Amino acid sequence: MHNKSVAELSRDLAAGEVSSVELTQHFLDRIKQEDSKYNSFITVCEDEALADARKADERRRQGDATPWTGIPFAHKDIFCTNGVRTTCASKMLENFVPPYDATVTANFRDAGAVCLGKTNMDEFAMGSSNETSYFGAATNPWGSDLVPGGSSGGSAAAVAARLAPAATATDTGGSIRQPAALCGVTGLKPTYGRVSRYGMIAFASSLDQAGTMARTAEDNAMMLNVMAGYDAKDSTCIDRAVPDYTATLQEPLTGLKIGLPKEYFTDQLSPAMAQTIRDAIAEYEQLGATVKEVSLPNANLAIAAYYVIAPAEASANLSRFDGVRYGYRCEDPRDLLDLYTRTREEGFGAEVKRRILVGSYALSAGYYDAYYLKAQKVRRLIQQDFVNALKDVDVLMSPTCPSPAFAKGEKANDPVTMYLEDIFTIAVNLAGLPALSLPAGLVDGLPVGLQIIGDYFSEARLLNAAHQYQQVTDWHQRTPE
Amino acid sequence: MTISREDVEKVAMLARIRVDEQQVSELEKDLGNILNLVDQLQSANTENTEPMAHPLDAVQKLRADEVTETNQREAFQAIAPATEAGLYLVPKVID
Repeated sequence: MHNKSVAELSRDLAAGEVSSVELTQHFLDRIKQEDSKYNSFITVCEDEALADARKADERRRQGDATPWTGIPFAHKDIFCTNGVRTTCASKMLENFVPPYDATVTANFRDAGAVCLGKTNMDEFAMGSSNETSYFGAATNPWGSDLVPGGSSGGSAAAVAARLAPAATATDTGGSIRQPAALCGVTGLKPTYGRVSRYGMIAFASSLDQAGTMARTAEDNAMMLNVMAGYDAKDSTCIDRAVPDYTATLQEPLTGLKIGLPKEYFTDQLSPAMAQTIRDAIAEYEQLGATVKEVSLPNANLAIAAYYVIAPAEASANLSRFDGVRYGYRCEDPRDLLDLYTRTREEGFGAEVKRRILVGSYALSAGYYDAYYLKAQKVRRLIQQDFVNALKDVDVLMSPTCPSPAFAKGEKANDPVTMYLEDIFTIAVNLAGLPALSLPAGLVDGLPVGLQIIGDYFSEARLLNAAHQYQQVTDWHQRTPE
Repeated sequence: MTISREDVEKVAMLARIRVDEQQVSELEKDLGNILNLVDQLQSANTENTEPMAHPLDAVQKLRADEVTETNQREAFQAIAPATEAGLYLVPKVID
């Protein structure tokens, strides 16, 4: 049952072959039996899930079911869930029970989906290995000493380990695509503004975007059907019609024009990684696509621009954690200043503090023009590169990350080395474009992700391209064991 | 670009995060490395380039000035560290 896709489970539920209660209990049992190995969940909501499953079965009996009614899934622990603890993997929010739902949460609830629990992540989504989680790192199902990637590492690990058929995730600099690649699952970061950010705990608001994670492109399309759309509660959300993302999955790829950014195929890629990606692209040529080299001349500046903009926005967003209205508060504060400074010292982990301080520095008097304003200008250069490249081609393809999953501890003590993990993913966030990672091979027995980047609002085309590849390959079906 | 101990202490105070002596030393190194990384930005020619705040250059939507939210003070204060008589409690601010 746990090896089936969301699409298959949805058909089984519709045919009455299984009930949501049975399905939900099955996944809850798997989490109970298996998750001590992966630590992919921070909170499992057994009682709520079974109650929701009973409601879903009742709704189906009344003939009011959606494709998601009764399907179990997991939320990244960054989405507020009314009445269920939402920690963002931080001590600061260890006991935070939101009194409201994020729009993404409400959308799945309205569709009748069953939330199994909240998945592990890097603290406040700041990290590329899941090791900054206050609740301990999640483990990659492909190796007990390997990181699952981050920040959405728990979602990727849970899907790869078949503890949930799908999970929500968020992506600020690669936090969906990199863990999807490292755990061998498919993940999509939509266009900035396609999915509401309301109730999604903010990291860097001009970059944050909610997205999808599942084993198949088709399941990602089903998720995006529920998540995408305008929301008046998010002032940056785009008011634009939402297509049925599953409707175009079957379209042939004949004539698809693929661009390969030469800056993403350099010596920093191992020969085995480069070959795996070239093989995947050759498969696309078999499917009728044509390939040409393109250039993103400012690609080398993306990490630098990101590590000004993201920390600057984080320093502003995280100023709300002050020990007054909700969340952690230090013991016996002497005065108001002591309350603020000790609450924030004790409540935030090391990486979160580093980024708040870098951001505060970049925004402080005398440095604003040199850092923040300069980074925002470079950001436009990076965006223009993509706009120019996408005039000639339909999509861009590249590796999702430079190497397969790395060992726990390998990069944890060197922030700058960890930042370079996102070298191929980060520019996409700066430009606000949609991009997807799908399993495209194995190197040293570990999954490798192919990244497909498209023009604004081209999610349907990305999902179509991934789905067609998954009809002729089986990398997305490979299991760790 | 280097960052001094004094810079670290000043910015930590701006960010309202307490740092002890040892943390200041570590942060001096880590922040210095991060600022070195971002110094690549200075090599970019950004003359005549407008800063970019929103990928689609969208602007804030305006809405009518109407009350749409209901008062949920009790629900919000139920999760606060300390409240009394409908107020959030903090240490004494004025003598």
